[in-house]
Amino acid sequence: MNQSQTTNILVVGVGGQGVMTASEILSEAAISQGFDVKKTEVAGMSQRGGVVSSHVRFGTTVLSPEIPPGEADILVGFEAAEAMRWSHYLRQKNGASGGVAMINRLKLEPPIVSLGLFAYPDDPVAAVRARGLEVHDFDAGEIARELGDLRLVNTIMLGAISDNLPFPAVTLKECIVARFAAKKPELGELNAKAFELGKAAGKK
Amino acid sequence: MSAKSFTPPPAGSRLLMSGNEAIARAVWDAGVRVAAAYPGTPSTEILENVARYPDLYAEWSVNEKVSLEVAIGASIAGARSFCAMKHVGLNVAADALMTLTLTGVVGGLVIAVADDVGFSSSQNEQDSRFWGRFAHLPIMEPSDSQEAYEMTLAAFAFSEKFNAPVILRLTTRICHVKCLVEVGAREVKRAADGFVKNPARWVMVPANAQKRVPEVFAREKALIEESATSAFNRLEPGSDKRVGFITSGPAYMHVREAFPESPVLKLGISYPVPMNKVRELDDQVETLVVVEETEQLLETEIRAEGIPARGKDLLPAAGEMPPFVLKKHLAPLFPELRDAADSAAAPLPAPMPVFPRPPTMCVACPHLGVYYTLSQLRNVTIAGDIGCYTLGAGHPWNALDTTICMGASMGMALGMDKGRGPNDEKKNIVAVIGDSTFMHMGMQGLLDIAYNRGNVTVLLLDNRTVGMTGGQDNPASGRDIRGEAALQIDFAKVVESLGIAPEHIHVIDPYLLPVLFKTLREEVKHNGPSVIITNRPCVLIDEYKKEPPFEVIETACTGCGNCVEIGCPAIHVTRREKAIKPSGKEVELAFVNIETAACTGCGLCLQPCAPDAIRPAAPKAVKVEFV
Repeated sequence: MNQSQTTNILVVGVGGQGVMTASEILSEAAISQGFDVKKTEVAGMSQRGGVVSSHVRFGTTVLSPEIPPGEADILVGFEAAEAMRWSHYLRQKNGASGGVAMINRLKLEPPIVSLGLFAYPDDPVAAVRARGLEVHDFDAGEIARELGDLRLVNTIMLGAISDNLPFPAVTLKECIVARFAAKKPELGELNAKAFELGKAAGKK
Repeated sequence: MSAKSFTPPPAGSRLLMSGNEAIARAVWDAGVRVAAAYPGTPSTEILENVARYPDLYAEWSVNEKVSLEVAIGASIAGARSFCAMKHVGLNVAADALMTLTLTGVVGGLVIAVADDVGFSSSQNEQDSRFWGRFAHLPIMEPSDSQEAYEMTLAAFAFSEKFNAPVILRLTTRICHVKCLVEVGAREVKRAADGFVKNPARWVMVPANAQKRVPEVFAREKALIEESATSAFNRLEPGSDKRVGFITSGPAYMHVREAFPESPVLKLGISYPVPMNKVRELDDQVETLVVVEETEQLLETEIRAEGIPARGKDLLPAAGEMPPFVLKKHLAPLFPELRDAADSAAAPLPAPMPVFPRPPTMCVACPHLGVYYTLSQLRNVTIAGDIGCYTLGAGHPWNALDTTICMGASMGMALGMDKGRGPNDEKKNIVAVIGDSTFMHMGMQGLLDIAYNRGNVTVLLLDNRTVGMTGGQDNPASGRDIRGEAALQIDFAKVVESLGIAPEHIHVIDPYLLPVLFKTLREEVKHNGPSVIITNRPCVLIDEYKKEPPFEVIETACTGCGNCVEIGCPAIHVTRREKAIKPSGKEVELAFVNIETAACTGCGLCLQPCAPDAIRPAAPKAVKVEFV
């Protein structure tokens, strides 16, 4: 199997959170390193607050765009219950090669939970950890709020996983900064700061 | 959202492109002069991207049949032409297709049809490969974006060579998967002599049409020969001779990944099937396995040739065939896979079920008030249609009773009126349809209601865009595909022209619940057709203007839960309590707050709030999370 040569990153969250932008940036960074890349989403009617999962795969040659369950190297959870929903996609700890879950502690209750039809899990992060997976969790929203713009959650989450990639963290950082600086120079600086804070938070 | 024009990257560029983007580039590079489509997931972005390129005509058509007819007209006028649609769109366009196969083409004509394998956003999962058999037309199936680019280019030349429209069959995993594509240069080709009158070919009356039939079968024979030798149909060697795979589209990538040592016949032209290559593979291996998304089609045809093949006896009958599904179901042929499934490296089981997160209507969506009102009406049957408002079938409204296909609400409502039994005598029949769906296939149905004196109340929800596919322009938006000013339809006039009496046509603001409720109550009592048009724009388009947000006065909220029934995602229940009413009845109270960062101030929730517990929110410094 060629799985060992392919890096599999599953980015999950709720429609509107920026999951697809995050995976797009990851893909660009991987391309800049000369990797073959495939990126795919299951995002049916995601613009309407549904589940979004984006698969990013890169390596020498990538065939199927879909990450098989149990083969994700990194699970990036933009929302806690969504990370739990997709936790079986992470590679089991098998010696040193287990996958890593990076989870934003944010809890977004959909209307059907608000209406009392379903319960939100008490502690989704603990549930993922209890499965024997390596989990890092922090409140990306809090960091973003301190920086003054909640949209920075995206960059913070990418910063958080940047030390787990098969290329230097600075490569990803440069991709992000270039992307936002192209819109406005000060956005580049702000995102650089968010990236570094995310990088530090992801080590916890 | 309108297509933003751009400078196309030069030939030789390597770009991260979705299949849809790659096809758009190929359409431009092939020198197509006319391209048309009606939006539909997963095909929508093809025309959105085509329209970004210069020097070609692109349009949003009102439905797929019209888009194909536009492409046919352009083709016989000598231009290369293109149309794109989702799988169910070709049902609508099929009337044109089934005779187009007789006339053939002049300028190359390619029809991209995108199947929603996996049901991400459709009412069925039909397999468009059948059209090749039905219409005797070639089917080409790319396996990734690079192939989508190359095949689309080749399809135009193919179409001209064989005098046949080519069906480019896509699935969600082609349309929406991004990968690297190397693009080429543009080359504009056109027939020099324009449209040439030729009634025997272009006027398909019976005498002319039946003379075309032998040509269709001669063409099919030529296509079989082409398919037998085409480089798009590739036999890839492999050292593991136990199983040889026959596959096409994204399933090819899945097979290659799951069984890297097995020989594979990859079909780029999947109809007609190159049986010579199937036999060649069969000679090399113990067992042939056909992996197809989704129906058992190639397998049946191969077996009909007397070649033993397996497939659907082992694999799922529907849905996608990713590597883990293939490995699981083909383990009987690969015993080593069973051992792997028991190893420590096997994936964890799925977690304890997490609540579902179905799509919801947006904050301040103008449909919210409509469904809140419908949910308060007793004795109604509500025929629904295809669009965001189909979500009205869900919680908390539960106010939509049927959905079949584009425009069906009209005819079905009339049928429910005419076919009603004694139990339904007092029922009021309501039909709900959006602006785009009404123009697509609803207008004829309304005419039928008017003509046949149907007792139906129609809610025409005009939000001035194709909402569910991401906000494309249409004749209700007043802009064309490039964002330029265009006709803006006057629905009240159209509806009147279709035979609805002016006193039973109402144009109202769906944010005004009392007006909506009163109008609806009166019109369902009217024994005859009426149309209520709502006129607020979709919150996702430029016309929508946000208002200052609201908040809940915690101490004033009595937990009545009325606002929750609106179904706005910005309203959250913070706690529930049981209480005893003076009558002795136990009720559940739901105390709420409003997520002010998400609220855009439509004011719908204020209206049913009994204790006036909702007020304008104090300004906040932090920007909103959802943009």
